[in-house]
Amino acid sequence: MSEENSNAGGEFEREPVPESARMGNGKFWGMYAGEHAAGTEFMIGPLFLAAGASLSDLLLGLLLGNLLAVLTWRFLVVPIAMAKRLTLYYQLERIAGGSLVKFYNLVNGLLFCFLAGAMVTVSASAVGVPFDIRFDVPENFFGLSNPSFTLLVVIVGAVITAVAAGGYERVARFANIAAPWMIAVFACCGIVSLSQMGATNASALSEGKFWSDAIAFVQEKNGPGTFSFWQIVVFAWLCNGAMHFGMSDLTIFRFAKSKSSGWAPAIGMFLGHYMAWIAAALLLAALIKLQPALVVGDDGKVTANPGLLAYQAVGWTGIICVVIAGWTTANPTIYRAGLAFQGMFPRSSRTAMTLVAGVVATIAGAFPNLSAQLLDFVGTYGTVLGTMGAVIFVDFYLIQKFGLRAEYAAVTGARINSAVLISWVLPVAVALYFILAKGFFAAYAVIPCWFTCGVLYLLISKLTQRSPADGTIS
Amino acid sequence: MKNFAKMMSLITLCMIVVPCSLFFAGAIELPLVKSIALFGTIGWFIFTPIWMSRQLPIDAAEVEI
Repeated sequence: MSEENSNAGGEFEREPVPESARMGNGKFWGMYAGEHAAGTEFMIGPLFLAAGASLSDLLLGLLLGNLLAVLTWRFLVVPIAMAKRLTLYYQLERIAGGSLVKFYNLVNGLLFCFLAGAMVTVSASAVGVPFDIRFDVPENFFGLSNPSFTLLVVIVGAVITAVAAGGYERVARFANIAAPWMIAVFACCGIVSLSQMGATNASALSEGKFWSDAIAFVQEKNGPGTFSFWQIVVFAWLCNGAMHFGMSDLTIFRFAKSKSSGWAPAIGMFLGHYMAWIAAALLLAALIKLQPALVVGDDGKVTANPGLLAYQAVGWTGIICVVIAGWTTANPTIYRAGLAFQGMFPRSSRTAMTLVAGVVATIAGAFPNLSAQLLDFVGTYGTVLGTMGAVIFVDFYLIQKFGLRAEYAAVTGARINSAVLISWVLPVAVALYFILAKGFFAAYAVIPCWFTCGVLYLLISKLTQRSPADGTIS
Repeated sequence: MKNFAKMMSLITLCMIVVPCSLFFAGAIELPLVKSIALFGTIGWFIFTPIWMSRQLPIDAAEVEI
């Protein structure tokens, strides 16, 4: 079986999923159970603590944010996925045109490279622990870590890239096998960390002194900072903005037999983005209490080193978990980025483009600030990719009600639907300016961009579509 | 064989979760938790591939966060 058609997702790429290929709820619950317990969780959890989030805000904010994310999957993505039964890319191609989809895919690929880069850093942090190689985060955003760590990133990046160039299938199978174990290790990390901090009874847990002491330590070293309840809610809701608001998971839910499959992301959210984030944050709090010197870098600031955190809590199991979590996240990410690049250069081989993606990811991974600022990156990722989902939403629900043609590129044969291009790029460009130049919290930009994109798409389509809708698609 | 492997996988997973719960309850020391978890980890990756050879999920090539 060739690699390109070996997964079910690779079938029916340009046709609706037939009745015979549809799947019951159990498949989706099983699939999402292993999702979202990834290498990113080891970085994101400690960053909440480092940013100054209070424990009660974290517990309640993540609860609400993850609930909103599940509702978005269920009521935004699933109805369109089950009505159309098409992949995101094919739906976009019919609306936006083939060339614009290639450009969108390229942007996607570049963002994937940076995400993979952060995971290379995470894996290298764990590999470095037995060799006593420190993970330093320089003050300068484009600064490198110490030479030993940078060399380690290059080695880890080269190995991950070589494996990705061989195809994703083996790693995907391995990730599948590792997922339940990884969830257990996350839980173990959290339980051990609580014990290490003496938070083993209801009064200590409800008082939360172990958490407030850790925040006080971080703020003493890093300077004051706050991460509000609503920032937590919005981040938890929209960190997967590309998958739900951005409609990326249309590709998954087009196989659903029943709309109730749309509740399945709940298991991934509450294991990965609730339990695992909190457990990972507790790792940092415990290390601050037990060995504060280990979390302070040469610059005197607190640095979350995922490998070291997990090692201190559960020993070698923690190191193995961080390496596998980072690797199994980076690998398909580099593979997908390689496919996106190949889409832009069809004459190139997939292997060559995967190697290019791997080199970009490794270079990105050598700059530790990328992983240290993962909260901002993930928010930006959601803003850039999530916004495009508004086009699909408007095209599906609204455009014909305004007397316009749905799937305009498919009707006219256009390679680029300018209405889509402008309505996507304009709000995203404004958001990126505020995020990068003004320090605006990136996750806050997702929903304004999504609505602006939807409204602009409708207005510009009104101006640019050549003839009124007749309700049919040629 | 598959049933035996499934049972062993369950036992190895318990070797991760149960010792840390006992540590939480103050019944055992942390070095023992780490050792048992490591044996559990090795066991998981020996026994689980024997039975968990299910088809790749439909999002196997997708990216997760």
